[in-house]
Amino acid sequence: MTDIHERPALSPTAFLDVRDLRIHFATDDGLVRAVDGLSFSVERGKSLAIVGESGSGKSVTSLGILGLYNKRNARVSGEIYLDGQELVNASPDAVRALRGKKMSMIFQDPLSSLHPYYTIGWQIEEAYRVHNNVSRQEARTRAIELLKRVGIPQPDKRVDDYPHQFSGGMRQRAMIAMSLSCNPELLIADEPTTALDVTVQAQILDLMKDLQEEYNSAIILITHDLGVVAEVADDVVVMYAGRAMEYGTAGDIFYSPEHPYTWGLLASVTRLDRERSERLQPIPGNPPSLINVPPGCPFHRRCRYEALNGGVQRVERPDLEESSPGHYVACHLPVEERRRIFRDEVATLL
Amino acid sequence: MIQYIIRRLILVVVLMWVVSMVTFAIFFLIPSATGTSPAVLFAGKAPTPDTIAAVEVKFGLKDSIPVQYGHFVEGIFVGRHFDNGADKSYCPPPCLGFSFVNNQPVWEEIVSDLPVTLSLAAGASIMWLVTGTAVGVLSALKRRTIFDRAAMGLALAGVSLPIYFTGLVLLDLISYKWGILPNVHYVGITDNPLSWARNLLLPWIALTFLYAALYARLTRAGMLETMGEDYIRTARAKGLTERRVITRHALRAALTPIVTIFGLDLGQLLGGAILTEYTFGLIGVGHLSIDAISRQDLPVIMGVTLFAAFFIVFANLVVDVLYAFVDPRVRYS
Repeated sequence: MTDIHERPALSPTAFLDVRDLRIHFATDDGLVRAVDGLSFSVERGKSLAIVGESGSGKSVTSLGILGLYNKRNARVSGEIYLDGQELVNASPDAVRALRGKKMSMIFQDPLSSLHPYYTIGWQIEEAYRVHNNVSRQEARTRAIELLKRVGIPQPDKRVDDYPHQFSGGMRQRAMIAMSLSCNPELLIADEPTTALDVTVQAQILDLMKDLQEEYNSAIILITHDLGVVAEVADDVVVMYAGRAMEYGTAGDIFYSPEHPYTWGLLASVTRLDRERSERLQPIPGNPPSLINVPPGCPFHRRCRYEALNGGVQRVERPDLEESSPGHYVACHLPVEERRRIFRDEVATLL
Repeated sequence: MIQYIIRRLILVVVLMWVVSMVTFAIFFLIPSATGTSPAVLFAGKAPTPDTIAAVEVKFGLKDSIPVQYGHFVEGIFVGRHFDNGADKSYCPPPCLGFSFVNNQPVWEEIVSDLPVTLSLAAGASIMWLVTGTAVGVLSALKRRTIFDRAAMGLALAGVSLPIYFTGLVLLDLISYKWGILPNVHYVGITDNPLSWARNLLLPWIALTFLYAALYARLTRAGMLETMGEDYIRTARAKGLTERRVITRHALRAALTPIVTIFGLDLGQLLGGAILTEYTFGLIGVGHLSIDAISRQDLPVIMGVTLFAAFFIVFANLVVDVLYAFVDPRVRYS
């Protein structure tokens, strides 16, 4: 078994390679360890989902890749390679030049993420013109073309609308159009469907999948919704308290999950094909404060199988170890024990 | 949009009508409170009953109050002839009556004092808008630095100190002790623009100190709030330079509420800056209104009140229309 943190620097690296990323914030209350040693990689044309509860560090991770943290109080370490270029220690200007061009982002709430005082077209044109030396007219043509591509009816008219004149789903489409303006190779989507109606959610996910095939871009999908993950992700990182608890293919995570936290997440998915009484199995308790992460396994206070570890979980932080090729788990339970518990006790509940 | 403006215009007319009625009531309420009649006030010291009667006939003071109000409004739009057989006078529109003190048409009195008030308001408003928002933006961007703390401390002093204090300190130091600027004396802008500006600079600074303080605090708060908005994060995610994020995205949103308050402040100031004019010995509309009140010069009191109210109502209209241009969400709802 190899420890993912100590993996030797591969050359060439994956298209996006994040290694031992740590993002800490100095606050008045103490040091917030929002991301604390996270590693993963994504190839072109593939999708990685980062899942976890609120406050697990998912969004901070995505903002960290884009370099969108507050430089005044954030301490960032580790390495992020995008197409071979290191980002953590790169100059802010170099990272800025990549933002919106090589990597772009879609945010959760499209209404508050679009500027209320500028037209949709203006905002897309701006995104295109920052990185391309073109006239306003060319940028406008591009904006209309993009709006058409993401399925906005009458794009030549709607281009002059303001965000409040769009519906929620259309706003998110406009947001996607904006993020696609420079054909980015990496698209980060932070809860892209959370603020939308269920019917619209599926449309947006379909659109993202189509666009990925068209442009062969890498996608990082930040979500707490495992239904969304099942639909689009190739690989999955399960995050908890700023760390990866389990990392593997979507197949690993959905069909042979080995971490008790992942079991908990899967058990708390709403399933309409189950009896009411056995449908929802919420994980007891709350995620720990990121200022005072408990020593040992960050999950041990909420873990059903804590007692099986004999105390080590309270003092020692489990490393992310490979349990089968490409499937990493950070848990003190022995591999055979985890697999047995899943097979005998958990799988039947899911 | 046109509909919106028309609705606002109708509101302005209604408001001015109400204001005119309230103002007209002053004409009767003040004399009755002091136990005299308008005719006695006009007729001068120790008038004979004949003089009083002549005045009453000339100004139609024997008519019923609604009729008098009708004449008053009529005078504003078409002018008025006052006539009691022996004494005739014509008051051209907009007629607000004659001053009790010097028998001059009130409108002419206001117009002759207006350049001072206009100059004061125009210069000061530009100065405070520029300095106030600039300091506010810098404070927000340099939050918790020495600059921010010093600027906000100064702003607190600006809001709290009355104009007759800052004004007198400025006069004493800059004009009397150091002789940098002349003792304030109004010179027409058409006579000598440089002298006009040099003379008004001290009152402008005093007003700027007062108003810019509020604008700086408002802008700072607005900027801080805006910089935390999701659309600022989006702007950064596009790869825009921080400079563009601040100027095109954050400022655009943060300065919008300033439009409202600026319009109202300016409208109020155009109706006469009483304390400032008095402190610097400038004879503007504010000075005129105080003089009129102290002399119970009823037509002038009515005139300046109506005049000041007009500017405030008008400023409200301008602000509403401007806001619809600045904020598209207002325009389309």
